[in-house]
Amino acid sequence: MGNINEIYDVMIIGAGVVGVAIARELSRYSNRLGVIEKEPDVSLGASCRNSGVIHSGINYKPGTRRAILGVRGNAMMDELCFELNVPLKRIGKLTVALTEEDLPGLFRLYEQGRANGVPGMEMMNNSAMRRIQPGVDGIFGLWTPSSGIISPYGLTIALAENAHANGVDFYLECQVESLTRRDDGVFEVGARDLRHNAMRKFETRVIINSAGIHSDEISRMAGIDDGVIWACRGEYYVLDRRLDGTLKTLVYPVPGRNDPGLGIHLTPTVDGNILIGPSAVYIPDEDREDYRATAPVMESLKREGLRLLPDLAASDFIRNFAGNRPKQTSPEVGGNADFTIEDTAIPGFIRLQGIESPGLTSSPAIALEVRDLVSRHIELRSRTDFNAANPGFTGFFSDLPLEARRELIGSDPEYGEIICRCERITKREIRNAIENPLGARTLMSVKYRARATMGRCQGGFCLPRIVRMLRDEYGYEPEDFMAKGRGAYMFAGHVRSRGEAV
Amino acid sequence: MRSISRRSVAVIGGGPAGLDAAIAAYEAGALDVVLIERDIRLGGILNQCIHDGFGLHRFKEALSGPEYASRCIDRLTDLGVSVMLETIVLDLSPDRRMLLSRRGALFEMECDSVVLAMGCRERARGALSIPGHRPSGVYTAGAAQNLVNMENIMPGRNIVILGSGDIGLIMARRMTLEGAHVEAVFEIMPYSSGLPRNIQQCLVDYEIPLYLSTTVVGITGMGRLEGVTVASVDENRIPVRGTERFVPCDTLLLSVGLIPENELARSAGVLLDPVTGGPKVDDRCMTSVPGIFSCGNALHVHDLVDWVSEEASRAGAASAKYASGEPGASGRAISVVPGSGIRYVLPDRIGEHASVCGDVSLAFRVASPSRGSVVGIYSGGVRIKEESHSRLHPAEMVWIRLGCDDIARAYETPDEPLEVRIV
Repeated sequence: MGNINEIYDVMIIGAGVVGVAIARELSRYSNRLGVIEKEPDVSLGASCRNSGVIHSGINYKPGTRRAILGVRGNAMMDELCFELNVPLKRIGKLTVALTEEDLPGLFRLYEQGRANGVPGMEMMNNSAMRRIQPGVDGIFGLWTPSSGIISPYGLTIALAENAHANGVDFYLECQVESLTRRDDGVFEVGARDLRHNAMRKFETRVIINSAGIHSDEISRMAGIDDGVIWACRGEYYVLDRRLDGTLKTLVYPVPGRNDPGLGIHLTPTVDGNILIGPSAVYIPDEDREDYRATAPVMESLKREGLRLLPDLAASDFIRNFAGNRPKQTSPEVGGNADFTIEDTAIPGFIRLQGIESPGLTSSPAIALEVRDLVSRHIELRSRTDFNAANPGFTGFFSDLPLEARRELIGSDPEYGEIICRCERITKREIRNAIENPLGARTLMSVKYRARATMGRCQGGFCLPRIVRMLRDEYGYEPEDFMAKGRGAYMFAGHVRSRGEAV
Repeated sequence: MRSISRRSVAVIGGGPAGLDAAIAAYEAGALDVVLIERDIRLGGILNQCIHDGFGLHRFKEALSGPEYASRCIDRLTDLGVSVMLETIVLDLSPDRRMLLSRRGALFEMECDSVVLAMGCRERARGALSIPGHRPSGVYTAGAAQNLVNMENIMPGRNIVILGSGDIGLIMARRMTLEGAHVEAVFEIMPYSSGLPRNIQQCLVDYEIPLYLSTTVVGITGMGRLEGVTVASVDENRIPVRGTERFVPCDTLLLSVGLIPENELARSAGVLLDPVTGGPKVDDRCMTSVPGIFSCGNALHVHDLVDWVSEEASRAGAASAKYASGEPGASGRAISVVPGSGIRYVLPDRIGEHASVCGDVSLAFRVASPSRGSVVGIYSGGVRIKEESHSRLHPAEMVWIRLGCDDIARAYETPDEPLEVRIV
């Protein structure tokens, strides 16, 4: 941890994919950088609660930031994912007109895509579509081969760990409570250390507000009142990997003009599951992080899933989750506003608001845009020792070919020990996750890094094993186990204290 | 080139089913039997079942889970059956070639026959579709049992249990004994899915209320669980509006069903029964893939370990015979089907060899509770056997034994399935 008296050049508030993409981009320079995040890990907000789709850019009005940065970010993904060893699958997408009434909308998307510079688009009749996705319905479809899928938290974690390796300080479980710009132009950031319930102070020349669903609250702390965020919840179901391979591509309906989202659809994940969702329901402002699942939406998602995949069994629905879009349009207006990425009236306070879809896709392009904004305020000093790659083997062991696995087991026997049997995650991978460089200590941190507990038994088998490992090898006491933030403790203590008679 | 080890019989899973299957295979003359277990010790789920009541039928004693297991383990050790611990089977092919993994090694094995005895897993929250938040403090009952009994960890202090499966009932008592407060057990069905003796000994004796036709319709808590909303359900298991009430608690234990573990069976192309979740098997416990057998909770979820052991012994002996080259699936078989009032029946078919070489036990579960019922077995219009039962309950497995004569009579009309039904 850096010297507290030293002034940061840039502090980024919020460690979602956009915040850490900016951190990683700025870590190409030798300036002093910090990321501050109220959750106990990166990627715990919208970045772990979305479809994981890299969008082509057909859905956004030409000339908007969503269109420009979406298409640009999409084009940057291959190199980024290669550098960080994050699996990216360009499986393409079919946007399907089910009836003639959908056709004008479909043509509009095609025109929009052309104006936005989306590569490789093709209009298809049903038989051409069925060559890509057997059995798909619809009279016409728009094929966009640059659409793809990615693990959104996988990308966020990889970006953060790379930024950290290049010298960015991460302050997890640190919630910003006050922002003051002194007369010398330096910001004082007052933050509560949630783990130790203590106040901390940081100083920085530039602040980047990428606080997602809370970005308007952060702006208000700095004295900027315009720009309200509404939370719009999207619920999902996760389906068993049994169905892996059913979907060759993404299939979306043509969205209505004022829909807040892109409609309920099936999305294969890079891990081999299928997601059903997301819904789009504005939620009251009392708690923007209320990720509850609601009975009517769950019902409709199940119905939709069964309509699209008739051989679904009840046991295929292994989990549900929800994410909240940070929207700048009110429920009455609907639709989407463009991203806000701008300098503000307060010099050095840069704000990003309303980065909903395609935020994940746009994140590397947003980072470049923000870099240019930052360079108006401070000098970015170049460095020669930036390392773009994450060290070591970072994929999933069980996805490797047999011989490669044998070789790795030879060099580290713990690759032979399977802890999570559903997802086939080895002890070594779980150890790597536990020993993550950011120091994130929750069980969610292990889950999102190693994929353990994400399978069909949802941790019934491996959770006790991971617990045993953390206790025996890392000295955790029962009360040290946290599932995630917000006081989500796992256990209430020992059954018996040591030495107590049974 | 790596050498591939060869075995006559490999038994996958070292719980009660695997133990007795391996013992029986060895005793039936299989030369090199190997028992493969992924945990650090044999015994499977019995190790965490420290309550008693195991072995009442088999040993005429009430043993604890570990005691029951140790009897099997001692026998296995005396016989000298080889065991691979901390070893997991990753893949099984239809020609019985396996890929295994353990610390420091990834290796293959070929076998003349394989017994699948991987047990079952618990249904998790996702399969229930309970609306609400996703706080910590929601555990399956078996995972909680493991934490309490094996790891000395208390999952929570104020407990609500959803589902009255046996593990849930056992955990209601267990948590109470360890000083937790168990608020209630809620069961969506109009009857418990647990054994009557467990209702008495685990709930009634501790004054823990059991609410039937009631379920959890909401989960509250952004960090840790703060409470659940429960509601009565109608005869279609739909929550009744206006009956919701909030029950504060920090822990929700789920005991809502078990699912036979059959990923390996799937990878080997074994046909599964959608009702049991386990393979379709003949009277020797052989699956649709010759040489691959299944028993215990991987085949269908049992109520008592005694029956698991009995079934596993049959599967183990049959696997040894198959490995020694005795004729397999060829020849005729009569199919066995569940009729009215019967949820499922096993085996799925009876081979003709059974009409000359011995008894066959049909295991079945009824669809709903009844008293004074008669269970009949019919072949076409012909009654093969009838038994009256003073009490039938979905929680309890029922066995009917068919003698050689019964089977021979059924074979008079070999194209007619044997139907088990409540008369």
